[in-house]
Amino acid sequence: MADIVLDKVSKRFPDGTVAVRDVDLEIADGEFVILVGPSGCGKSTTLNMIAGLEDISSGELRIGGQRVNDKAPRDRDIAMVFQSYALYPNMTVRENMAFPLRLQKLDRETINAKVEDAAKVLELTALLDRKPSNLSGGQRQRVAMGRAIVRQPKAFLMDEPLSNLDAKLRVQMRTVVSRLQKQLGTTTVYVTHDQTEAMTLGDRVVIMRGGEVQQVGPPQELYDHPRNLFVAGFIGSPSMNFLHAAVEDGRLRTALGDVPIGDRVRRQLDGADAPRELILGVRPEHFEDAALIDDETRRRGLEFEAPVEIVESMGSDKYVYFTVEGERASAAELEELAADAGAADFTGAGASLVTRLSAESPVAEGETRRVWFNLEKIHLFDPSNGRNLTLHEGRAAGALAD
Amino acid sequence: MSVNATPTGADVAANAERSAGRHAAVPTQRARRGRAPLSENKKAERRLGWLLCAPAALVMLAVTAYPIIYSVWLSLQRFDLRFPDQREFIGLENYATVLTNEFWWTAFGVTALITVVTVAVELVLGMGLALVMHRTLVGRGIVRTAALIPYGIVTVVAAFSWRYAWTPGTGYLANLFGEGAPLTERASSLAIIMLAEIWKTTPFMALLLMAGLALVPEDLLKAASTDGATAWQRFTKVMLPVMKPAILVALLFRTLDAFRVFDNIFILTAGANETSSVSMLTYNNLIRGLNLGIGSTMSVLIFIAVAIVAFVFVKLFGTAAPGSSDDERR
Ligand SMILES: Nc1ncnc2c1ncn2[C@@H]1O[C@H](COP(=O)(O)OP(=O)(O)O)[C@@H](O)[C@H]1O
Ligand SMILES: [Mg+2]
Repeated sequence: MADIVLDKVSKRFPDGTVAVRDVDLEIADGEFVILVGPSGCGKSTTLNMIAGLEDISSGELRIGGQRVNDKAPRDRDIAMVFQSYALYPNMTVRENMAFPLRLQKLDRETINAKVEDAAKVLELTALLDRKPSNLSGGQRQRVAMGRAIVRQPKAFLMDEPLSNLDAKLRVQMRTVVSRLQKQLGTTTVYVTHDQTEAMTLGDRVVIMRGGEVQQVGPPQELYDHPRNLFVAGFIGSPSMNFLHAAVEDGRLRTALGDVPIGDRVRRQLDGADAPRELILGVRPEHFEDAALIDDETRRRGLEFEAPVEIVESMGSDKYVYFTVEGERASAAELEELAADAGAADFTGAGASLVTRLSAESPVAEGETRRVWFNLEKIHLFDPSNGRNLTLHEGRAAGALAD
Repeated sequence: MSVNATPTGADVAANAERSAGRHAAVPTQRARRGRAPLSENKKAERRLGWLLCAPAALVMLAVTAYPIIYSVWLSLQRFDLRFPDQREFIGLENYATVLTNEFWWTAFGVTALITVVTVAVELVLGMGLALVMHRTLVGRGIVRTAALIPYGIVTVVAAFSWRYAWTPGTGYLANLFGEGAPLTERASSLAIIMLAEIWKTTPFMALLLMAGLALVPEDLLKAASTDGATAWQRFTKVMLPVMKPAILVALLFRTLDAFRVFDNIFILTAGANETSSVSMLTYNNLIRGLNLGIGSTMSVLIFIAVAIVAFVFVKLFGTAAPGSSDDERR
């Protein structure tokens, strides 16, 4: 058990690629931290540097208060779980799990006892004498976990451990991982490109893009108060809707109508070099069927009418897709999100608006419906650098705040 | 912190069990299907498979089976081209003659020695070379090409250059080691023959082993590193077992090849001072001596020896083939 501190850690590969740039991160003892981002953003490289599998180009890494930059993986006392499971094909499940203990030169009885315990926790007892080639994906995954926990290391590092499982098994294993981590209380760094995993698993989430940390915080905070366009678009499923907004006479001209702005945002738009165009972001759940809201709520938002494209009834609520006219929001971040395979469900900058309305709404495909959205919950981004202009001291305050 | 089957643990287990149950059934199902009678569809597919193989099988029969059978037939006759009238069927008499002949056993011993020593040394050197080529990041192509040059040189040409190098007076290697004529003594001749063999075929061994190295997943070595293995432990406990099939293939190829050693001996010593291999001896009887009966007997004996080696290796393969395991083989 130990805390892990990354102090301005960077990685430059021999071919000149800078995969990780000045990452500062403090992971407390026993904390479960998720590294998330599109593929190629440097998550695995960061994890490998913590494990000692890649050299650190600059910066300092401390585990349990001790600088470990130059220590070999075997001297760092960390266990790693790989996406490919990396089970030794020539060894049985028992031998796989015993491998790290055998290398520690523990006596046979201790090894057996520890392996049996870990096998019990992961329900692998019946499989102990099988070879990995005779196991299903889910079973292999559990053996890989077992090999990590038998050793009781200072920290667990997991690199997309569930990505090779089918969707259903992935959800099941997610709870297994989560409970196991709570039960053992071991510091864990978990890499994924799946935002759902990131939201549901960790105490804190680190969002990375192009080798740099975008934002660090508890999942809900990242969801509610994204620091920039990238974080806003990456977190959430379905993703946030993004619309083009032109600044004109102290209002924002958007496809959903003219949006009034409060003093705080206006001050930011006053400068000579202030952006004349913005990107407006609204999450699907901040829309509602205009017929279903009371007057009190109505005053906090804005209404518009749009043709209904598709209605997906989920039982508890309805996902309704509207066609909206007008200019598309465009920014580098949005293109990157749309291109990333991990964010395949990224719909934010498309032609249709995704909304989540109450199940009671009688909305039907083909009709034109009047919809309300909450102005206190919208975000405004500067397209040139992606900064969230509605953020004040780390909290998002909507467009109207004074 | 400790790993215990606490209630939470049991919960986890129960959860996991659900997922396990579905998969646990898979192997038994597969086994049952293997034993079930084949459907019409399967039969037709199998027939097509045989038909597709037939042309290749026929060609193989024509170019390999016929000569083999013909030599067996010759080996059962007294048939010396110098005395063609005395040709007659004599059963296994030729075999008795060869197997009681001391020249044959000397040559067999020389061949076995050369095979064992060269293959063992080549395995070690080849593995080293393969690791170097596998790990080289810069100039990979150049390193690999350079390493393969000895293998690309015609054996006879290389053998001549070795012979000149060891010729007293003019050869640079002979001069290096002082007086004496190493190719006129048995021990040094054999050593030089083996050196020439090793120099020539180590690259081939390295190439085969490098293909095996490529089979070792990078993640496996990373996992072993974090599990606490040193570089040597990673090599012996992870790399070698995973590479075992590739190593066996390389050993098989090289053993069969080494057992037929001929060119180097032919050029370097011409079999003088009891340095003949079985192939040399066969050549002397069959081509120079024109004794088709005895020569063919020796070829058949070489064929049998090679077949035994191959059989042993294939037996070893059985347990090493990737993906096989106890309950699947049963
Ligand atoms: N050995 C290497 N040499 C050069 N570039 C590399 C190497 N390994 C990874 N990279 C690059 O570093 C970046 C980050 O890679 P990685 O950490 O694997 O991303 P991911 O977030 O998908 O795990 C990628 O652009 C990748 O191409
Ligand atoms: Mg990765």
